[in-house]
Amino acid sequence: MLIFEHSRKNRRNYSQAPATRPAKNNIPDHLKRKSTPLLPEVSEMDTVRHYTRLSQKNFSIDTEFYPLGSCTMKYNPRACNSLAMLPQFLSRHPLAPEDTGQGFLACMYELQEILKDITGMAAVSLTSMAGAQGELIGITMIRAYHEAHGDTGRTEIIIPDAAHGTNPATAVMCGYKVIEIPTNRDGDVDMDALKAAVGPKTAGLMLTNPSTLGVFEKKVAEMSRIVHAAGGLLYYDGANLNAVLGKVKPGDMGFDVIHMNLHKTFSTPHGGGGPGAAPVGVAERLLPYLPVPIVAHEQGVYRWLTEEDRPQTIGRLSAHMGNAGVLLRAYIYVRLLGAEGMHRISEYATLNANYLMAELRKLGFEIAYPNRRASHEFIVTMKEIKDRTGVTAMNLAKRLLDKGFHAPTTYFPLLVPECLLIEPAETESKETLDRFVAAMKEILDEIATQPDMVKAAPHDMPLRKIDDVKAARELDLVWDPAG
Amino acid sequence: MPFIPHTEEDVAEMLTSIGARSIDELFDEIPAELKTGKLTQVPPGLSEMEISRLMYERAQQDGFYLSFIGAGAYEHHIPAAVWQITTRGEFYSSYTPYQAEASQGTLQLLYEYQTMMASLAGMDVSNASLYDGASALAEAALMAVRQHRTSRRILVPQTVHPVYRSVMRTIVRNQAIEVVEVPYDPATGQVAIDKLDQFAQEEFAALIIPQPNFFGVLEQVDALTDWAHDKQSLAVAVVNPTSLAMLKPPGEWGRRGADIAVGEGQPLGIPLSSGGPYFGFMTCKQELVRQMPGRIIGRTTDLEGKEGFALTLQAREQHIRRSKATSNICTNQGLMVTAATIYMSLLGPEGLYRVAAHSHANTVALVEQLEKLPGVKKAFHSPFFHEAALQLSVPADKVLNRLKAQGVLGGVLLENHYPDLKNTLLVCATETKTAEDLDKYTEVLRQALAASA
Repeated sequence: MLIFEHSRKNRRNYSQAPATRPAKNNIPDHLKRKSTPLLPEVSEMDTVRHYTRLSQKNFSIDTEFYPLGSCTMKYNPRACNSLAMLPQFLSRHPLAPEDTGQGFLACMYELQEILKDITGMAAVSLTSMAGAQGELIGITMIRAYHEAHGDTGRTEIIIPDAAHGTNPATAVMCGYKVIEIPTNRDGDVDMDALKAAVGPKTAGLMLTNPSTLGVFEKKVAEMSRIVHAAGGLLYYDGANLNAVLGKVKPGDMGFDVIHMNLHKTFSTPHGGGGPGAAPVGVAERLLPYLPVPIVAHEQGVYRWLTEEDRPQTIGRLSAHMGNAGVLLRAYIYVRLLGAEGMHRISEYATLNANYLMAELRKLGFEIAYPNRRASHEFIVTMKEIKDRTGVTAMNLAKRLLDKGFHAPTTYFPLLVPECLLIEPAETESKETLDRFVAAMKEILDEIATQPDMVKAAPHDMPLRKIDDVKAARELDLVWDPAG
Repeated sequence: MPFIPHTEEDVAEMLTSIGARSIDELFDEIPAELKTGKLTQVPPGLSEMEISRLMYERAQQDGFYLSFIGAGAYEHHIPAAVWQITTRGEFYSSYTPYQAEASQGTLQLLYEYQTMMASLAGMDVSNASLYDGASALAEAALMAVRQHRTSRRILVPQTVHPVYRSVMRTIVRNQAIEVVEVPYDPATGQVAIDKLDQFAQEEFAALIIPQPNFFGVLEQVDALTDWAHDKQSLAVAVVNPTSLAMLKPPGEWGRRGADIAVGEGQPLGIPLSSGGPYFGFMTCKQELVRQMPGRIIGRTTDLEGKEGFALTLQAREQHIRRSKATSNICTNQGLMVTAATIYMSLLGPEGLYRVAAHSHANTVALVEQLEKLPGVKKAFHSPFFHEAALQLSVPADKVLNRLKAQGVLGGVLLENHYPDLKNTLLVCATETKTAEDLDKYTEVLRQALAASA
C-alpha cells in the first residue's frame, strides 16, 4: 500500500507544522500556486508505521551479510552516526563565519591530513560527493593540466575493460574519447595493448588496483612508466582501496590523482544509494588545480581556501563543501581505528576473501582467476554450470536471497561470463562466512536435483522475481490518484 | 580489534583452509618495493568513550547561534520522526537497490518520493535524486544540450545562485558548452528583460530561470518561460521546494510550463550540517525522461502479478551503457531522499504551505522592522519569498561582526559575489523565528548601526 492510499482529506499533524496560516502574504496573485500538491495527509503514527514497515522490506548490513563485490559492505559503527549528529554540527549553517566552526573545521583538516598519509598524495580536497564525482574532478584536473601546458592534442583516456562503468562515462562527460584495453588470461592489463594504445593523444589512464577482477595489478609501476613516458597522467579509482589500506599507497604506485570512496573503505553508510563522499588526492604536479574549498590551518586558525588562494583551481563541484556529515562520520571512524587499525582492515578483508574463495573452490565452484591470490574480493564464474544446467549467475543470486544472504555483484565485470563478484568485508566473522558456504552448497545440490526451482527463485521473499521488462515498457514513475 | 570479530583460532583455521602460513603471505603478489612504510599522520586509535569526548568538545566549541542566514541552505523545523526512521539500520545501511526483491522498502519509498516531488514541481516525472542543487543545475544544462541537439550554449541570469553558476561552469566546460550570463536589473533585482532581449536573435539550448532568485526576489517566470520557448530553447527552472507550496509551480509557468525543474532538496527535512549531505532534485516533462541522469524507479509487478518496484530505464546509466550513458552518476543521495519523503508525508500539503507561508511572513515582518532603522533600506523593490537584500549605510562586515558578538548571525554579504552591491546583506527568517527573535535582531542591528556610525 502506498503512503497516498493511507491519506484522508484534512488529516494533519498539529505539532509538527505551524498551527495557523499567517495573516501576511505579499505574494502577487499571478505568482501564487492554485493547485494542491499531491502530498499525503496522514498522521504521525501512520507515517511512522508505513515507513517502518517499508524499511523491513529491505536487506541491509544491519540485518544480512552482503558479499557484494566492489562495494565494501562493512559494518557502519553506531558511534560514527550519533557523534556526527550532535546538535551543534547539525545546526551549523554552511555560510556561518569560520570562527563559529573551528571545531568542525579541525575535524575536516585532520581528515585531509590523515587521507594524505594513507594515500601518499601531496594534497587532498574533500569536496567530492561520490565516487563518480571524484572521477569527474580527477579527469577535469588532468584536462586542466594539459591545457595549462599548451598540450591540447591529448583527446583520449585509456581504460581497461574490467573498469567500473563510471570510468568510461566520466571520460566522455569530460569530453574525452575512451580507448578500451583488454585484460590477459591472468587478470592483468594486457601490457602489449597498453603500449600500442599510448601516444601523443593520450591524456591519461584510469586504473583500479586491485582491479575489479579481485587481483593486484602487479605491473602497475611499469604501466606508470609507459603512460608517463607518453606524456599522460595516471588516475587511481579508489573503489578497492580497502584491499590495500596501510599496505600500499597509491602515491607510491605512481598515480597522479586518486579518489577514495569513504562510503566503502571508511565505513560511512550506503544509505540505500548514497550519500557518499569521495575525497580526491593529487601529486605535486596537479596541486594547483585541486577543487576548492580546501581547509587550511594557519597560525592556529582553520579557514577555507577559495578561488582567491588557488587561482588555477578547476573550481567548485558543490554548492558548499560536499557531504560534510559523511566526512565527519569517516573522521570518527578513522580516529576509532587509528594507525594500527588501517592495515588490519586490509589484512582481515583479504583473509576473509581468500578463505571464502578456498572454501567455494572446494565445493566445486569455478574460480575465474584460480592461479591468483584474491585481493579483498574474487570472482566465481557460473559459465560451466549454466552450459550444463541452464542455471545462471542471476538465478543463483536470487536463490541466495531466499536463504537470507544478499546476492554478490552479478554480471560485473563484464568480461567474465556468468560471474559473481564476491567481497566479504573484514567485519564479517568466520561463522557468517561458513553459513554462506553452507548456503552455496545447498544451492549447488538444488541445481543438481531441481534446477527449475532454482531458476524460478526467489521463492521466500515478499515478492517473486520482478518484471523489469514491464517496468521499462509500461513506464509508471509517479502514482496517479485517478488510477 | 575494533570492528573485526576474528579470534586467533579463527585465523589459524582460515589460514589452514587457504594453505597459507600467515596473513602477510596473502599479500605476496604485491611487489616488495611498493609496500609502504608506517603511517605517520594517523593518530593511535581511540575508544568510543574517548572519541565521544573529543567530538563533544569540538561540537561545543562551535556552539549555537540565532541565525538569519539563508542563501541556498535554510533552517526549518525537522519533525523528530524524520531522522528516527531515516536512521533505522534497514534504510541507513542498505545498498543501492539493484536487487529489487531485497530492496522493496527503498524502492517503494523512492517511487513515493518521485510522485511527491513531481507533483510539487507541477512536472510529469522525477528522478531519485542528484548530489545537490548546484550539480543538479549542471546536469540539467547537459540534459538540455542533449535534447536541443544544435546549440551548445546556456543562458544563465546572474540572479541564479553564484556558486550554482560556478559549479555549472566547472562541469559543462569539459564538453565545450558555453555559459552566457544575463545581468540583473539593479532596481528590481530581477532578470533585466532589456538585456535578455539582446540575445533574442541568438540560439541557446536553454534559459535558466530561478524562482525565487538568489536575492529572494520573485522573477517574472511566465514571461521568461515564454521567451525561452518562443526561440526554441528549453526553460530550466531552479526552485526552492518549500516555496513550491505557495508559488506557482514550474510546470504551470507561461503557456507550456518549464521543461526541466531542479533545485536543492535540503529545505525538506535535511539539517544544515555545514553544507551537506543534502540532495538535488530533478523533475521534467515526460518527453524528456530518457535524457534524465540518475536513478529512476518504476512500478511494475512480479511473476505472479503482485505490485512491486524496480530501477528502470537503466539503459541510460553508466553501469549498463558505460561511455554512452546520460551521466556518470552512480551513488546519489538516497538517505537524504528517505528523510525528505518522510518529512513531506508528515507535513502534508497544508503543513508545507504553512512552513512556506510563515517563512514568507516572518521575512516580510523582519524587513518591515529593519527598514524603519536609520541607515537600512531594501536593495530591491520587488516581491520576495523568504529572503531579502538590505543595504546598510555603514560597512556591513563590521556590523555582522558586532551581531555575531551578540550571538546573532545576521546574513551573508552580497558584495563577495556582486561587487556592485556594497554593504548589502541577504537575510532570511524562516518559520523557526519567533517575534522575539525578530525583535532581538532589530535591536542588536540598531545598536550595531549606532556603534558603526
